[in-house]
Amino acid sequence: MSRPEDTAPPDLFYDDSEAKKYTSSSRIQSIQASMTRRCLELLDLPNSSLILDIGCGSGLSGEILDEEGHTWIGMDISASMLAVALDRDTTGDLLLADMGQGIPFRPGTFDAAVSVSAVQWLCNAESSDVTAQGRLSRFFDGLYMSLKRGGKAVLQFYPKNELQRTMITGAAVKAGFGAGLLEDDPETKNQKLYLVLTVGSGGELAGKDITESVRKMEGVEVIDQRGRGVVRKNKGETAKEWIMRKKDRDRKKGKVVKKDSKYTGRKRRIAF
Amino acid sequence: MKILTTNYITCAVKACKTSSNAFPLQFRDAELVQEELELNEEFIKNILPRIEWPALVQTAASLGFTTLPSTKPEGDLDEQMIKDLHTLLVETQVISGKLVCGNCQHEYNIHQGIANFLLPNHLV
Ligand SMILES: C[S@@+](CC[C@H](N)C(=O)[O-])C[C@H]1O[C@@H](n2cnc3c(N)ncnc32)[C@H](O)[C@@H]1O
Ligand SMILES: [Zn+2]
Repeated sequence: MSRPEDTAPPDLFYDDSEAKKYTSSSRIQSIQASMTRRCLELLDLPNSSLILDIGCGSGLSGEILDEEGHTWIGMDISASMLAVALDRDTTGDLLLADMGQGIPFRPGTFDAAVSVSAVQWLCNAESSDVTAQGRLSRFFDGLYMSLKRGGKAVLQFYPKNELQRTMITGAAVKAGFGAGLLEDDPETKNQKLYLVLTVGSGGELAGKDITESVRKMEGVEVIDQRGRGVVRKNKGETAKEWIMRKKDRDRKKGKVVKKDSKYTGRKRRIAF
Repeated sequence: MKILTTNYITCAVKACKTSSNAFPLQFRDAELVQEELELNEEFIKNILPRIEWPALVQTAASLGFTTLPSTKPEGDLDEQMIKDLHTLLVETQVISGKLVCGNCQHEYNIHQGIANFLLPNHLV
């Protein structure tokens, strides 16, 4: 089956009929709910946090945030998906916005951010006036700014291939995040990938390794340990070459961090 | 759009990121609704430090709410203050109208409570 991302831009793919079909499928409802719960588990937030839901769609993910006592603001590029969210009386405040254009909030607004099954769309947005790289960096730079110091984000996404996976994680690290990747049920058709991001803390928390909090999470592999600045884009190198070179570097250096957890029943592969 | 959100949202136009005239966005032709929602005291206490108080006073006044204290309440909030903040920030919503940037004059339309922040690419 072809990937939706390869068939049309997201605002056209998620039209009225697809938005209804997507939201009313009990299979999709339960998958999105369980992935959102997993995101929250990784975020480990205090009650009553303010959360940004990126690519909130019709509110299947937001509903879980609400259930757990959080307040959320959602942004999505599809008016049809947001219309279904309205019909379903979701509690989050909704914004019609394109994450590839940035995150239009004051610095330090959110305690945390989640994104469930949306970020891979950014890899498909090449057009005459924008590149996927440009949109990815606008997104991650904006996300970084919009989170409070010490804030966290967990993004579940479906990369099409290794290149997309590296593009996305690379853009996150470049924006300044401490980053880790977690894979649940690898090499099965239920495989799920989570990008775990932390915002370095300034001020009273300065001096703590920004990746420390990621590293402590069970099963998370740290992508970049203060690696920022180690690999720089060489003159004349294309973005793709840079990514490939960086990927090689990460492969060589990549440390595996794995701890026992209540999830040990599931098979998990730490890649990279 | 909740009043809460208007205290956090900024103009998405690139040139406005550093302009002090750009925040807060100003309402035009705002139509309000009040939706009764469960009070979450902890949430109000959590977000209050991140509220730009002068901007909130300005936004509230433009919508006809003029009873807000001129400085941010500090320390232990009394029950009435928490309720009032909940009513204003969470329950009061703009369902239609525009948000206008004081710097670039861009108008963000609000339709059925949803603000449209999509921009032509050259403005991003
Ligand atoms: C598979 S749905 C997930 C929706 C919701 N998070 C859930 O769990 O049900 C993916 C969503 O990402 C949104 N999306 C894709 N590209 C986007 C972009 N550039 N900006 C904002 N939202 C986007 C789509 O419109 C769609 O609603
Ligand atoms: Zn502006």
